[in-house]
Amino acid sequence: MSDNRDLGPLVPRNRAIHPPAYDIDYKTSVPRSPRWSLLSMESTPSEETGPRFGHSLIGDLDNNLILNFTRGKAPAVGERILMHGRVLEEMGRPVPHTLVEIWQANAGGRYRHKKDTYLAPLDPNFGGCGRTITDENGYYEFLTIRPGAYPWPNRANDWRPMHIHISVFGHSFGQRLITQMYFEGDPLIDRCPIAATIKDRSQLDRLVAPLDMAHSRPLDFLAYKFDIVLRGRRQTMFENKLEGM
Amino acid sequence: MVQKLDYLVESPSQTAGPYVHIGLMPTYAGNGGYYATEIGTSPIADGAKGEVIEITGEVIDGTGWALRDALIESWQPDAAGKFAGQDGADPAAAGHCRFAADAESGLFTLRTVKPGAVAARGGAMQAPHISLWIVARGINTGLQTRIYFEDEDNANDPLLNRIEQRNRVDTLIARKVGEGQYRFDIRLQGEGETVFLDI
Ligand SMILES: [Fe+3]
Repeated sequence: MSDNRDLGPLVPRNRAIHPPAYDIDYKTSVPRSPRWSLLSMESTPSEETGPRFGHSLIGDLDNNLILNFTRGKAPAVGERILMHGRVLEEMGRPVPHTLVEIWQANAGGRYRHKKDTYLAPLDPNFGGCGRTITDENGYYEFLTIRPGAYPWPNRANDWRPMHIHISVFGHSFGQRLITQMYFEGDPLIDRCPIAATIKDRSQLDRLVAPLDMAHSRPLDFLAYKFDIVLRGRRQTMFENKLEGM
Repeated sequence: MVQKLDYLVESPSQTAGPYVHIGLMPTYAGNGGYYATEIGTSPIADGAKGEVIEITGEVIDGTGWALRDALIESWQPDAAGKFAGQDGADPAAAGHCRFAADAESGLFTLRTVKPGAVAARGGAMQAPHISLWIVARGINTGLQTRIYFEDEDNANDPLLNRIEQRNRVDTLIARKVGEGQYRFDIRLQGEGETVFLDI
């Protein structure tokens, strides 16, 4: 496991690709969005370092949502899929050995959560969360079922497209990111006010995973490929020399 | 024409949504036992060096209502200002914690050790602080902020000194309310809005 000694300033966030805090069509954002500008500053060790998690933390079934809730006893209901890809940073380098966590609704669009009261039934064999650590090349994979779309209280008839929530650490606390993966061809993406918080359509497209037949397994599962890019870090000879002075 | 900058672009953020605890804090979500070891349950183990403190507060929206669904992560160095993984760091101070607003009261509590000071780039010392990252339904991109301490010398902190409206500095400073006890509220909007960071 690498450590927190190799510091270098983080590339400032390009806020234009992220959703603005306030979006009147996503109603909950209205009272929860800061009105003042963010205070911008070059990163410090507080943002450049971050927690590291070892591979020993991860159980054998942690990245298999089809089986992890029943500890292998019975499979979850739904379309079997492989979600896989790489975690990279803006300089194009892979991010190895970093924690990736996901959570999602079941095949009917219902979460295993006391606050979710949607009509669709719980699947007794599906919990809805998984985690893994990227390998030395930044690869990760999850075996899961395709989540269902679900309605949510916002405007009179809003539905979330099929999606998987994903949380990534990177190697710096300032790289911390949560986002969502959507599925190629889902007509609800264009109607979703949460997807639409991203104002640049070409940026939203980067969260839509393509069907990846090359990684699907005949008679078993379809694959969807989803790469994630975290903030980059400058590392130059010039800066390294300065650091040593 | 010029050469192409072949850099990548960060993936855009999306809200963590109302069910973030399913994924990141299964026990809190009522799904205890999902993982053999849940991460971020405490930033310190028994025997961590330094003063053990408790910071309590609420995450408050623009109407004055405390969020019941906020999830917070904290990251800090040990009592001597070393981050986990650095040479000489306290092995009992992992430094990372996940905690949540209580689903009934909205109160959160972080139990940790008081962090040591850490230098900023260029060598200036930063006053002791804990970095926070806040996510919830309605928060489109995780909010970064910091907890500083009322009973530390904050006069030369480079971040606090960048805040032009000096009356906003207090939004980043935890109030001491007892021995080892601090209060730190996070106001997302409105009067006393917390200073959020772009670092
Ligand atoms: Fe969701």
